[in-house]
Amino acid sequence: MASNGCSGECAGCKGAGAPGSESRRTMLSWLLGGGAFASMASFLYPVIRFLNPPAVTEAAVNEVDAGKVQDLKPNSGKIVKFGNKPALLVRVSDTEWKAFSAVCTHLNCTVQYRDSTRQIWCACHNGTYDMSGRVVSGPPPNPLEEYAVNLRGDEVVISRRA
Amino acid sequence: MTMNGKAMHWLDERLGLSAIREVAAHKTVPVHSATRWYYFGGITLFLFGVQVVTGILLMFYYRPTTAEGFESVRFIMTRVEFGWLIRSIHSWSANLMIFVAFVHMFSVVFTHAYRPPRELTWASGIVLLGLLLGFGFSGYLLPWNQISYFATKVGADVAGSTPVIGGTIARILRGGEDVGAATLTRFFALHVMVLPILTAGLIVVHVLLVQKNGMSTPPWISAARVRQMKFFPNFFLREAMVWYGALAVLGALAAIFPWELGEKADPFASAPKGIRPEWYFLAQFYTLKLIPSHVWIIEGELLGILGFGLLAVCWALLPVWGVNRAGEARTRLVSGAGIFLIAYLAIFTYLGYVK
Repeated sequence: MASNGCSGECAGCKGAGAPGSESRRTMLSWLLGGGAFASMASFLYPVIRFLNPPAVTEAAVNEVDAGKVQDLKPNSGKIVKFGNKPALLVRVSDTEWKAFSAVCTHLNCTVQYRDSTRQIWCACHNGTYDMSGRVVSGPPPNPLEEYAVNLRGDEVVISRRA
Repeated sequence: MTMNGKAMHWLDERLGLSAIREVAAHKTVPVHSATRWYYFGGITLFLFGVQVVTGILLMFYYRPTTAEGFESVRFIMTRVEFGWLIRSIHSWSANLMIFVAFVHMFSVVFTHAYRPPRELTWASGIVLLGLLLGFGFSGYLLPWNQISYFATKVGADVAGSTPVIGGTIARILRGGEDVGAATLTRFFALHVMVLPILTAGLIVVHVLLVQKNGMSTPPWISAARVRQMKFFPNFFLREAMVWYGALAVLGALAAIFPWELGEKADPFASAPKGIRPEWYFLAQFYTLKLIPSHVWIIEGELLGILGFGLLAVCWALLPVWGVNRAGEARTRLVSGAGIFLIAYLAIFTYLGYVK
């Protein structure tokens, strides 16, 4: 193959060897390649936009009903739905209630209440939080978000703090 | 050696690309009055590629359940960016693909390309057309809307009137006694796994057979004297331009006439007016309508399905009855049969559409 990228066959082509034929060939190659590249880009653009998931708008939840007072014994906790995320409700003593976001700040696992140590524990990487949501040990970088707990009659209500 | 040349050399040593280049360099396409018909197989293949790409994209959002199927398609159409475009292209491309496949088939009939040694190419093509119709039938149900729900009920029922094995076929198709949640997951599995694997495999066979036997020239043209065009790059670039044209048509159709979604299927609602299958089943649909419920002692539907089955088998055997002992095409007989079939399909499709 010749160094100009032209195989021997094109010697018989019309205009081959004529002055300017090589630059015309180069320009045509660029036009063809550029056109192919531009159309590929125009096909890929909608595909990439399509793959990007649209934001699903959800009603922001600020308050949930977490059940009855008598359903949770002192020194125990349970996971309740708070919007589409889990929350941890803990009855510390007869009268003291606490609630936190149950999403570990380390890698998104769901935490649990441990009655033996009276701490919040994440089973995934052994992170522990105290009953104010602060990190006691393990890898979590940030404290758990604390929610407010109010009793309305015998209903326990968890709400986001203002 | 340039960087590019070095890279090609490196790849060539490992992959044997020069062998492929050698084959491509020797492949030629005959140039004559009917050359334009050679493009249609390629267009069908291109549209199949479009179906694979857009189909995979739709699967990112589609959910094959009766509870969420319709809603997920509506979500694609209304919420996902360019979702309306992807789905409309998928629907339009499906219809164009079947249309172009029919054009391709009839071009083979009228240029008599089915004659020896291309009998298997013809037969594999007929099976491929059947698979494409299967894609159409199974894909029609997936949006789970009212029209497709009832069309599938009717279609499964028609399949169910096949003698002896009909009941089993219908039960296997529906995944039960009626069209419902089980049918949707089955049709989804067929549409996205079973049919694509079979079709892709058979396309490879079909294309390899074309490579093996070369392009056929019509019997009225002397193959020895006809001018040849190099496949690569001459024919290839022309084909690429045709593909661009097909894509432009597709994009325009999808943008100007986005595919409708209709209403969600309700198994406990009466069938709405104007239930009809996709256009490529209309001729059969209308024929079945015309056959009386009983002809002599045979049930009408059974007669219809036997007739269609017989017709399909005869058509697949075209290289047998369309060729004389010397291996030459019986051009008058076959062209006559082709014209008759086109006339039947055109008239009955039209009648099925307006009545």
